[in-house]
Amino acid sequence: MMTETWIHPSLILICGALLLPFFKGMARRTFLILVPTLTFLNCYAFSPEGMWGAVQFLDWQLIFGRIDRLSQVFAYIMSLMCIIGTLYGLHVEDDLQHIAAWLYVAGSLGVIYAGDFVVLFLFWELMAFSSVFLVWFRNRKGSLATGFRYLLVHTAGGLILLAGIMLRFKETGGDISFVHLDVTNPSLYTYLIMAGFMLNAAVPPLHSWLPDAYGEATVTGAVFMCAFTTKTAIYALARGLAGMHILVPFGVVMALYGVVYAVLENDCRRLLAWHIISQVGYMVAGVGIGSELAINGACAHAFAHILYKGLLFMGCGSVLQMTGKSKFTELGGLYKKMPMTFVFTLIGGLSISAFPLFSGFVSKSMIVTAGFEDHIYWAGFLLMLASAGTFLHTGLKVPYFIWFGKNNCSKETWDKATDPPWNMQAAMLIGAFLCILIGSYTPYLYNMLPFPVEYHPYTAYHLSETMQILLFTAFGFFLLLKRLAPEPKISLDLDWFYRFGGRGFVWLASKPLQFIDTCVGEAYRVVGLYGLMTVSAFWSWFDWHGIDGVVDGVANSVRSFGGVVRRAQSGQLQYSIFWAATIAACLLITFAFS
Amino acid sequence: MIVELIDYLRDRLPTVIRCCYALLASLVVIDIFVDKHHAHTWIEHYPGFWSLFGFVACVAIIIISKWFGHQGIMTREDYYDD
Repeated sequence: MMTETWIHPSLILICGALLLPFFKGMARRTFLILVPTLTFLNCYAFSPEGMWGAVQFLDWQLIFGRIDRLSQVFAYIMSLMCIIGTLYGLHVEDDLQHIAAWLYVAGSLGVIYAGDFVVLFLFWELMAFSSVFLVWFRNRKGSLATGFRYLLVHTAGGLILLAGIMLRFKETGGDISFVHLDVTNPSLYTYLIMAGFMLNAAVPPLHSWLPDAYGEATVTGAVFMCAFTTKTAIYALARGLAGMHILVPFGVVMALYGVVYAVLENDCRRLLAWHIISQVGYMVAGVGIGSELAINGACAHAFAHILYKGLLFMGCGSVLQMTGKSKFTELGGLYKKMPMTFVFTLIGGLSISAFPLFSGFVSKSMIVTAGFEDHIYWAGFLLMLASAGTFLHTGLKVPYFIWFGKNNCSKETWDKATDPPWNMQAAMLIGAFLCILIGSYTPYLYNMLPFPVEYHPYTAYHLSETMQILLFTAFGFFLLLKRLAPEPKISLDLDWFYRFGGRGFVWLASKPLQFIDTCVGEAYRVVGLYGLMTVSAFWSWFDWHGIDGVVDGVANSVRSFGGVVRRAQSGQLQYSIFWAATIAACLLITFAFS
Repeated sequence: MIVELIDYLRDRLPTVIRCCYALLASLVVIDIFVDKHHAHTWIEHYPGFWSLFGFVACVAIIIISKWFGHQGIMTREDYYDD
């Protein structure tokens, strides 16, 4: 094994992230494009199939680079999306935002190439702890709380996954390899590992973190977040749990759940987030079906999804960036002001809706066909139902209520609205081009898939079926346009339980527990005071006559040291986590090199 | 150019709508002649099945979701604020 000839792509991103602050001006911009491009080239051209990066750690053989067709298709699209996302955020001056995004992508690539559960878990946590900064950097009133909710939920998911890994380790007598688990006789650890993966894939009831965080993230942060966490989880599910049939109903529920909440949503980026849940539902169902066609479909749809969802988030992000608004009730009629953004977003919308010649058409249908071929008819028809909902919202509602419809813009919003800077448009152009390329030239995507593809999307029947569903959905949309008018409301979801559960905990601590504490304190004051006074009189004498000299010296030292420590830490937890994550990344590099 | 095209179509909205209706009708008519050996279930062999499916799906999604939302799920924007 020639471990020295393969460089882990995450390593390029982590090193790039650490070096970024040393670059300024034009060199910085070049560096920002260079690092993700090198990462992509490394994944694409310099990653031959096989097992690489084997490291002996204690009794374990850790594998950092398991490269096969399944990991390659995901690594290809993840690293490609990193170039697009970085280009989109090229104007962002804050280095920390780029560093957080790159560490996040490094985590995702690390998971994809991981050959065992230890390495997988390490990078899994790197993803959560770096991506949370993409929410915090928004610096709005609610950003900090949203970020902490995101982090807590993912920490809980990580612990469930870890519990599964440890149980498996014990049951199998020390097996840590990340391979396909026995899905025909699942045991407790299989379900725990599945639940850990499902949380990151945002499968209901473990999904509320997604619209919460993605709606609150920074403009560029959301472009990264929409691509990596859920699709890395799909990779993990496809690798470990293909054919786990319970995932089919979960996936179908997901696909419909997202559609229902998208109807109610007033914020365009949160609407897109709900449709991530819906679309990832197709992939989860595909993994659950587990046939070669279904797994190919899940991979193809993940690939196409990353591009069109990135494009949609870039489009809506541009509107937010330029106008400061993301709610339908504060937008409308913008086609004259932001025509290019409209065209790009429309291409994203047509791709997600699976219009012929756009990417979703050649990927989504593989999963639905796999469902029908396995005679799971209810799943097939319900997924078709969800695809009508997809076009209804992302293809029609988003473009209509932002660029047409009633103009709800304030004068300030209207005056500010214009197409975004060149780098954002260039990133959208690349995304739009790839969406059309995938849909129009099928070998580009199909040749990358893990199994040989014998599926032909462009049959007369498939075309007729798709066009009928989509255009009659559009007919229904325009008939019921008034009922779909956006309302300035939020929709309660399952996060209600932990948001109010958290408040219950605060109440418990501040009311009953505080009351008990006060009672104890009072009793101590009344009962213990006399004794205390006597004892303290003695100690006062002793202190005065004996110890003062010694103590004063020590106290002065402690006070000055305390001052140093106080200045060193600001007391804000997110900075502590940031430094911890950075140190962890440094350790990782040292570890990988050694 | 994009803006001019949109304005051109908006100025002729009744014609555009008539074209759309014609397109919808032609989809159903074409479906009669489409080779259906790729269909998986018997019901798909009815001409225009997916047209009806798409339309009913769209209406059902809007009505059921809005009904669900108005059962107390949709609430004021400052609901979670202290």
